This record gives sequence, C-alpha cells and structure tokens, in this order.
Amino acid sequence: MMKHILIPEHRKLNEEETKEILKKYNVSRKQLPRIKINDAAILELNPEKGDIIEIIRSSPTTGKSYFYRVVV
Amino acid sequence: MKYIYKKVGSITFGLLSSEMIRKMAVCKVVTPELYDKEGYPVDGGLMDVRMGVIDPGLVCPTDGKKLRDCPGYFGYIELARPVVHIKYVDVILAILRSFCSECNKILMTEEKLGASKLNKKELMAKLRNIKKCPHCQVKQYTVKIEKPTSFVENDRRLSPIQVKSRFEKISDDDLRKFGIDPQSARPEWMILTDLPVPPVTTRPSITLETGERSEDDLTHKLSDIVRINQRLFENINAGAPEIIVEDLWDLLQYHITTYFDNSISSVPPARHRGGQPLKTLTERIKSKEGRFRHNLAGKRVNFSARTFITPDPRIKFNEVGVPLIVAKELTVPERVTEWNLNYLKKFVENGSEIYPGANYFFSLDGKKKKITEDTKEQILEEFQIGCYIERHLLDGDTVVFNRQPSLHRMSIMCHKVRILPGKSFRLNPSVCNPYNADFDGDEMNLHVPQTEEARAEAEILMEVENHIISPKNGLNVIGTTTDAITGNFLLTKYMKISREEAVDILYSIGISDFSNLKSGKILEGKDVFSAILPKDLSFIGTSKEKHDVIIKNGKLIEGVIDKATIGEDNGTLIRRLHAVYGAEEGIELINKIFRLGVEILLRKGFTSSISDTDLSKDVIMKNKEKLIYVENKVNEIIEEHKTGKLELLPGMDEYGTVETLILRQLNQLRDKIGENVYENVSENNPTIIMARSGAKGNFLNLAQMSAMVGQQAMGEGRINMGYKGRTLSTFKRNSLSPESRGFIKNGYKQGLTPVEFFFHSITGRDSLMDTALRTPKSGYLYRRLANALQDMRIEYDNTLRDASGKIIQFKFGDDGLDVSKTEGGKINVQRIVREVKANV
Repeated sequence: MMKHILIPEHRKLNEEETKEILKKYNVSRKQLPRIKINDAAILELNPEKGDIIEIIRSSPTTGKSYFYRVVV
Repeated sequence: MKYIYKKVGSITFGLLSSEMIRKMAVCKVVTPELYDKEGYPVDGGLMDVRMGVIDPGLVCPTDGKKLRDCPGYFGYIELARPVVHIKYVDVILAILRSFCSECNKILMTEEKLGASKLNKKELMAKLRNIKKCPHCQVKQYTVKIEKPTSFVENDRRLSPIQVKSRFEKISDDDLRKFGIDPQSARPEWMILTDLPVPPVTTRPSITLETGERSEDDLTHKLSDIVRINQRLFENINAGAPEIIVEDLWDLLQYHITTYFDNSISSVPPARHRGGQPLKTLTERIKSKEGRFRHNLAGKRVNFSARTFITPDPRIKFNEVGVPLIVAKELTVPERVTEWNLNYLKKFVENGSEIYPGANYFFSLDGKKKKITEDTKEQILEEFQIGCYIERHLLDGDTVVFNRQPSLHRMSIMCHKVRILPGKSFRLNPSVCNPYNADFDGDEMNLHVPQTEEARAEAEILMEVENHIISPKNGLNVIGTTTDAITGNFLLTKYMKISREEAVDILYSIGISDFSNLKSGKILEGKDVFSAILPKDLSFIGTSKEKHDVIIKNGKLIEGVIDKATIGEDNGTLIRRLHAVYGAEEGIELINKIFRLGVEILLRKGFTSSISDTDLSKDVIMKNKEKLIYVENKVNEIIEEHKTGKLELLPGMDEYGTVETLILRQLNQLRDKIGENVYENVSENNPTIIMARSGAKGNFLNLAQMSAMVGQQAMGEGRINMGYKGRTLSTFKRNSLSPESRGFIKNGYKQGLTPVEFFFHSITGRDSLMDTALRTPKSGYLYRRLANALQDMRIEYDNTLRDASGKIIQFKFGDDGLDVSKTEGGKINVQRIVREVKANV
C-alpha cells in the first residue's frame, strides 16, 4: 500500500532531527498536528507515542512540501 | 502590575442535589405574596431582601450592600411532593428502562456487560427490550412515557416518588458504567424535591410611570409555583382525598415544567392575563432573541445611520454622500481649544436646527446639555476651553460604511463624508463591487467614529484606497465600470478630438494642468487619455482581445483601454497605478480615468437600441442554412438510433450517446450562429462596443437576441420531464427531436413560439429556484467556515497557527506567498520579465 502513488512518503525522524524540528518552529509536541498511532500510513514505521513523522508531499505550487505530525 | 496566568484544567457539569440547593440558598420562600402594605418586600416572599435588593435605599441583609452592588443570592422552595425536571425526562426514561424495577441493577450480567463492545446508546437500546432481570429474575415491563412528564409501567403510572426511590437504590458502580459520575450527578437529583429560586436581581420588577409595579415573568411563574405548593401542603396535612392531592400535584408539575420551558409542544404555554405567553428560563437563553444571540453576540450601537443607497458617479470613490437630515442627527465630539474656540462657537450659535450646528454641549464638569433655543444663551456663557460639543457631521469627516452580509473585509470600509441633499446614501458605482451592492433597494449602514483613536484606526486600516487589492486573490476589487469602460474604449480606439474640446473635457473632470497634453490642432483619443497619466508611467499589458497595450513614459502608444486594463477584478493598469503611485495617488488616478470615460460618453452620446440586433438578409440566410443542416444531422442520429446502427460513445449507454451527440450538434449550431452574427455586425454597433470593451454583455447575449436562443438545458442535458415519454402533449411519445426537448430556434427579437416560451420559462424557473435555495445554504456554509478559521494567523516564521499556537500549516499555503501580492494566486514571471526588458 505504501507504494501507491497517492500515498506521500512517511518517515520517522530520529532524535536529532526531532530536536531540530522542534527548535526550528519553536514549538512543543503539543502544538504540532497529530497522527494516530494506528494510522495505516505509518504502521510499517513501528511508531511510538511522541515520535515525529515527516511527510513529504508533492504540491502543485512548490513541488515538495514537508509536513510534521506527532504520533499520539 | 503582576499578571497571574491560569489555564482552565477541567470543567464539570453536574446536577444540583437537594442538599446543594438548600446550602446555597439564603432563605426559604413560603408565601406567594411579594410586598406588604407599605410596599416593603415580605420576609419569606419571592422578593425577600435576603435574595438581593432592587429598590434604591434598601440594604441587602446577606451582604450589607445596596442596589447595584449586591449581586443577589439564591433562595429555595421546599416542594410538598417531588416533581420531574422537564429537561431530564429523556434521561430519566432511559435510566428507568435500563435498570431492574425490583433490584435496581443493570439489566445485564457483569460478564456480558464487560464483553459487549456496545456504546452507551446501543447498550440502552438493548437493555430496553430485556424482559427478565438477569439478577433477580423478575419480569420487566418496558416503561412508557406519557408526554410530557408521566411514566407508565405495565399500565400503572409511576409517581415521581417511586421513580426517585428507584434511582436512590442504584449503586454508584452501575452509574459509572453508564458514564454518569455519581459525585456530581446522581439520577435522583433529576427529580426535584426543592426548587432553587433565582436571585431577585435576575428577575427585577419594573416600576411603571403610574407608580404601579410590574413583575418579571419569572417572578409570576414562581409565585404560581409557591401558591400551588402551599395549597398542596395544606391539603396533605388536612388529609384531603387522594384525588385532590393528585390533581394539585399535577398542577404543581405543570407550573414547574413551564417555569423551566414554556415552549414545549405537548404543554399548553402559561400565559399572562393579556394572553401572551410568559418568557421563562429556556426562552431567556434560547434562539435569536435569547441571551446568546441577542445580548452577547449582538449589540446595538449609537452614532449610526441606515438608508437606501443610490449611485452618484460624480463623487469620489472614497466619498459617501450623506443626506442633510442624517448629518444633523449624527455628531462628532470636538473639544474646545484655544485655537478652535471661535470656530466651534459658531456651531453652538447655530444650534441643533441650523446646519452646521451642534446637538449637545458638555461643560467642564462633564454635564451633558442639549442645545436648544432656550439653553443656547446659557451654554454660550459656559462655553470655554476644555468643554466639548457634539457637532453635526461635516464634509470630509471620517465615517465607516458597511453593507451586510459582511463577508470579507471590503464589506466595511472607511469613507469621507459629502453632505448632499436628498434622503439616500450616495456612493460611487465603482465601489459597488466590494460591497456587492446594487441600487434595487439596497440599504447600507454608516457609523461615525467618536474618538481620535477610532478615527485613526479607521483611516489606517479601512480606507477605500487601501482595499483596492483583494486579499483573496490579489486582484483589484475596485475598478471602473460600464460607462467609464465604454468611454475610455471609444476614446482610445478611434476618437479624434480637437484641442479645444480636449482641454474642455479635461478641465471638466478636474484637470487644470495641460502640460501632459500633446501639442497639435487635432488630437488622437490616445493622447487625451495620456494626458491624465503620470509622466513616468511605463506599462505593458494586454487588452481584452489579446492585443498589446503599451504605455511608455506616460504616453499610451499602442492598444485600446478596456475591461482588461481598467476593469474590476482583473484591471492590470489599475493594479499597476496602485502599486507604483501608492494608495492615495493611485485612487486619484483611477478616479480620473473613471471620470474621463464617463465625460467622453456623456459628450459623445451613446445609445443601445433594438436595431443593434438587426441582421442582414445574408446572415439570416446563412443561419437558416446552418439550422437546416444541423436539423438533418440530428435526424440522422435519431434514425441511426432507431435502426440500431449507432455506435456507442465510450462509457455510455444508447440513450446517453444519442443525447450527447444531439446536444453536441445543437451547441455547435448555437456557436456557429453566434460567429455568423459576430462577423456580420458593424464595428460601430453600440451593443457590440459594450461587449467588446467588456462594459456589459457578451456576444452570446447578442446572438440570442438577434438570431437564436438555443437549447435550454436543465441539469445535465436537455429538458426531459412532464408527461409520460414526452414534454408536452403536442409531441409524439419518446420523440427525441430538438423542438420537443427544449430547443429554441428563434431569437428574443423575433419572438418565441408558445412551446419555446414554455421551455424557456421552465429553465428560468429552475434557475430562480436554484439561486433562491442555494444562497442561504452557501451563506451558512461560509459563515461556519469563517468562524472556524477566524483566529488563524501567519507567524513571522511563515507558519500558519491557531490562537493557541498550534501549527496548522508549516508553510502558509505550501508556498508562503502573500496572496494579495500575487495575481490570482500566481506570480506572472513572464510579464515581469517582459516589462523589465522593455524598460532597460
């Protein structure tokens, strides 16, 4: 399913990247958009609560757009 | 100042227990009387001073405060018999059905309950049908409800006492399984044994001019309750027969029910002596006239006016014409200073009747005095520095102008006042677009800012000139319209004007500097247009018909001016002027263009007439030929269909194919006839000029008038409704011919046949209904959307966040563009490159 063209790329951030992102946007995990732990799109990533998932979507205006969601 | 930040951790909603009601009460109400002979509130009455005071001079014994300072306190009524709370009838019923009538346990074993994955609703639905208690094996009857407040089990009525005693026996654990927190909401609290009496301050009585007192509806209702309650007490104590007690009990139930809600369908509403229904608790809160929508979400304002609007192309875009009678009523406060003392004195001398005058005077100690003939002299004596007056509205005052529905920020803009005779607000037709106004009876509102700060805010944030560019797509909402476009189009296209006339025209639109005007006896229209442009303007654009429009160093060199350059929504020249010369100068230039266009048209004269739609014999012949050709084509298709030879289109059945093919032929016919008409009308045809310049109308309108209206479409395809297999009884059943399915051969000018007229009215009615039904729906949809999104903002790091700082988008719109700086959401790189190149 993850290979379907309509599903954008999902990636779990490592600790360092997580810190970087939180610092970049000056936010706590609470202020990020959420994604359910049992969301079909991240099942294969073995997520844990508090993980941050990076989603790379293709956008008609900018080519690639990055989105971050915290696992709850 | 030290701030204490607190966050709401949790909110619990619960029921008031009888204990709680007594605890929070400061007195017990035992008598329906309100006042004694001296007019003093009776102790133990509904206006007991312990529940707060509403009369000046009285002191509340509870907190020792006087009127206005005393917040008021609750009292209570001890009910002779328990009574059902009307708002909880549904819950009471659900609980009665879910628990055993004998042992008061949930009608399901622990194991089963733990195993089931039902939600509460499903669980209750299931429990309702259980016939035998699994715990004590007693037969269960389904409890029925007899509206509004009686419960019946096995044809016997359950009294509130019985219901209450059942509820009392339900264990806390069982309640939790239903999602009820026994700490804050025991079910037996839904049966009232004591009734809280709200503070006097929530139901103040009003003293009429006659000195009579008129009590609040709630007080009336409460005194009914007390009266019946006392009678019930007396009857019970006297050992009256059960029937009498029951009757009184029911009456008490009725009064308490209507006290909570007087608009229940199954209960006759309690009424005043005059016959109008009482406004009790629910009515106070609910719906449009309720506390929320009337008092909290909607407020009234002073210093505002409303009348119908009419157009005035002679005033500026940022002006609003205000009728004199309105200007005499609306005022601006102005403080008397050393410098304006004599100036302001004149207003007082004029009084409130003579314009420009003043209506009110505020003396040094802040006393407000109305300026009349009688008070004038005295006020003039008191008149000194530091006082202030409320003077009439003057030309140039800043006001805020608004038309509902206020859907976007351009619906409320700041204008400058122009006092005009008449009774309507006047506005320039060019600002109709942002307000979405027309003059078929529209009314608009005007507000006068009262302080310097408010005026400054209005001027900085809301001025018309700052709202030329829409934040929704970066296009200009303000531009020139109709006559102004036609005028400029004619001027720049072919007009030749003598120098004298050109100067005359320019002067009449307010230009006295003719240094920009080209020299020579006979001037081209383009030169006249160039005369109002700034000398350093360079611009490359395209006209509506896709030709280049080139302005170099303030001279229009090539192209015509039309809707694509100076029109609303996508007037490229308008945007350029706004961007290069700023809001103030920009709008002045646009205004000049507007007035020039109107002036040209005024002098030249411009009439659209019926004969504009005349066609030459040649074209009529051509159209006829085309019509016959297409009719034959359609017949062929139908024939093929009947003989089964028709080849199906991909993804379509036989019928769909036929319909699509026929529709395609008919639409082609209409387009072709449109082309024929277009190619054969004169360039000087006024109707064509209007369509070409984009001022009003299009070629389809012209073709429909002069040649053929064409196929009437409803929904997806042709008209296909009415009788069995046919639209009208003049046609054969299952006929697919164009004329039987709403094809109109004639143009509006020739006139339609009765059948054609009928089809035309079908689609006309359909679209009328559609708009009438869609407007409120989409309006409400938009309102919900706007409310949901209203406090989103773009932070400095380009993220889109809500009020609590939660990120909604990591980059606004994925591209971080400021839409108001784009053209339709895009940046036209090609155009920019071209312009930069041309300027180098």
